[in-house]
Amino acid sequence: MKNRRQFLKVAGLSTLGLAGGLALPGMARAAGLKDSYRSGQEALKGGHWGMVIDTRAFDSPEKFEAVISACHKYHNVPAINSKREVKWIWKDGYHQTFTDQKDNYPAKDVLERKYLMLCNHCVNPACVRVCPTQATFRRSDGIVVMDYHRCIGCRFCMAACPYGARSFNFEDPRNFLEDRELNVSFPTRMRGVVEKCTFCSELLAVGKAPLCVEASEGAIVFGDLDDPASDVRKVLAENFTIRRKPTLGTEPSVYYII
Amino acid sequence: MLEKVLKGRPSFYIWLAVLGAIITLGSLVYLYQVFVGLRITDLSRDVSWGFYIAQFTYMVGVAASAVMLVLPAYFHHYTKFKKMIILGEFLAIGACVVCMLFIFVDLGQPQRVLNVILHPTPNSVMFWDMVVLSGYLCLNLLIGWVTLEAERHQVEPPKWIKTFIYISVFWAFSIHTVTAFLYAGIPGRHYWLTAVMAARFLASAFCSGPALLLLLVFVVRRVTGFDPGRDAIRTLTKIIAYAMGINIFLFCLELFTAFYSQIPGHMHPLTALFSGHDGHALWINGWMWTAAVLAILSFLLMAFPGTRDNESLLPYTLGILVIATWIDKSLGMLWAGFTPNTFETMTPYAPSIAEILIGLGVYGVGALIVSVLWKIALDVKREAGTFSKPA
Amino acid sequence: MFNAKYIWPGIVLFVVLFTAPFWLNANTKTYVRPEIALPEKGAECIEPRAFMAAEHMQLLDTWRDMALREEKRVYVSSSGKEWAISLQNTCMTCHSNKVDFCDKCHDSNSVDPYCWDCHVEPRGNK
Repeated sequence: MKNRRQFLKVAGLSTLGLAGGLALPGMARAAGLKDSYRSGQEALKGGHWGMVIDTRAFDSPEKFEAVISACHKYHNVPAINSKREVKWIWKDGYHQTFTDQKDNYPAKDVLERKYLMLCNHCVNPACVRVCPTQATFRRSDGIVVMDYHRCIGCRFCMAACPYGARSFNFEDPRNFLEDRELNVSFPTRMRGVVEKCTFCSELLAVGKAPLCVEASEGAIVFGDLDDPASDVRKVLAENFTIRRKPTLGTEPSVYYII
Repeated sequence: MLEKVLKGRPSFYIWLAVLGAIITLGSLVYLYQVFVGLRITDLSRDVSWGFYIAQFTYMVGVAASAVMLVLPAYFHHYTKFKKMIILGEFLAIGACVVCMLFIFVDLGQPQRVLNVILHPTPNSVMFWDMVVLSGYLCLNLLIGWVTLEAERHQVEPPKWIKTFIYISVFWAFSIHTVTAFLYAGIPGRHYWLTAVMAARFLASAFCSGPALLLLLVFVVRRVTGFDPGRDAIRTLTKIIAYAMGINIFLFCLELFTAFYSQIPGHMHPLTALFSGHDGHALWINGWMWTAAVLAILSFLLMAFPGTRDNESLLPYTLGILVIATWIDKSLGMLWAGFTPNTFETMTPYAPSIAEILIGLGVYGVGALIVSVLWKIALDVKREAGTFSKPA
Repeated sequence: MFNAKYIWPGIVLFVVLFTAPFWLNANTKTYVRPEIALPEKGAECIEPRAFMAAEHMQLLDTWRDMALREEKRVYVSSSGKEWAISLQNTCMTCHSNKVDFCDKCHDSNSVDPYCWDCHVEPRGNK
């Protein structure tokens, strides 16, 4: 085992030396070998991250605003007031959210309520299937993320997503962020790439829960769907929940208590 | 053979200059799009593809249609097509380039386009579309050039080229099938989620492509005196008639499935196409009715020998057929996939001036390529003596 | 030679244009390594200076893939120290003077990386 490791190091050194011609003694491993990289000790790990939204608790515009602005402010999501808007998490009516529910006489409060929408982080995501560059992909913990560095802006994923979860930067998003204090700990996006909710993967990596969960004061439960003892599974076991467009086989990871 | 381009009548160069001007205009508008982004289009979050991808889809059909000459000539030894084949292949080259350019101008980050090759993704239909389109372009360049070279030296084309010709027949079917799969495999877009999509695309391609080819040949006949032969025209017209009949039939199958099953998701895009949304008429309604009327009219004119073989009527018949299929397969098809949107509401879309100008520029490039290639082919034919006398 | 009166001027024109960058720049000033602003704190960088100067682009490229695609957001440097993988939150905390650190060298080498089309410059810069 140790021999193999040493061999790899030497091999890494020499290939880097050959490739760069500049390999400095003892440092070549920096960019090359995999054991220079690991996940943080405090990182939250899960087999399949999921979310339950208690729609009954979202009974005032302020509650939506708290959740939406927490996400959009932190992630530098521009506020564009047109059909070319960018949004990671947003609200809409019952029939717009649950288009399969064609009931004629929904309960009054169900019909009047608004519902949060975000990327469903599907188990079988159509957006990932169609992406020609693997710029969008599903991580081992179930989160569907975007690599903005690689996206060519073909928008195939937007056509494929049945949930309208994806936004395209039709122009430089910073045009709409000028009058706003940017969050310097998170990037913006650039013109010509697609973006969407990341389930706050950058915060999970440092042991924090997603921002919408934090801001919801208990109305959104987040956790590992693979773990029967997780909060999210307990909530699912105790409540009747539905998902958006379940018949399409995409297997959303976001559940709604109605 | 390229030197043939250097010797021509002034009118030829005026035509090239006109195309050059159109291309320049389109390029300038495209440059503007590169700097400010796709906001100069009318695309949106809910209608994320539009005019560009619509034109791409239509032109893949035109590219594939060369097979309607190659297949009878090489599989059934229908030699009367041989005179026109080179024009079909050269048209396919122009169409392939137009397709690629329309994909390119639609990209948000065009400088990263090679990521498709750097990170090849076999599960993406877009990846395969790149493979089949560039492959088809190469096939037609190779076959076109080699057969024309042989014609110039008045010898039979080398035997090995036949292998590529046979491959190109199947390849032509593949390019349009893969293009249909871009749409037909997407969950949640009801209008596109249909197993007959590829069949519809092929039927539509095999009438509209040859129709466009014949129209262009008629123009060339008037300008240069090149005569493809009366029998060749009549046979190709018959092929167009059958393909158009199948095209209309397949569309009617869609109508039946939607309106007999009464499933709202299936009916909604169709009703929106023809009668608007929530009681509001849309610009597309007029377009679709125009397409429907012209499609049936062109088919009727082609179905009966009396009108089909009427050479003075034929250009008009082909013209309305091209218009009908173009509306149906480009913007109609695209628009209906995004209507209603994923929230079952409607987001309006109509191509912006910028989109149309960039589109014209792309078509200009295609026209330039076809003009130059056809000029070479026709000059070779003139020298070889296969120009005006019936084949 | 056939058509020599067209071919020779063509060849000459090609050679002149092809070598233009060399003789156009022949009399200009020699390259001077720009004075870049190093962090004032005197803190250590993640790797030795020479390595960073030569290899920071490859390192950042690997960092991006590791953090984003491999879910590994901690970098263990050659000295064994651990760093959070982040251009904005690790590099630019110390290198807070983008104009005099990044840009100066990039400009004099005529490279134009688009890192900051997305990544936000430290506030102290404006």
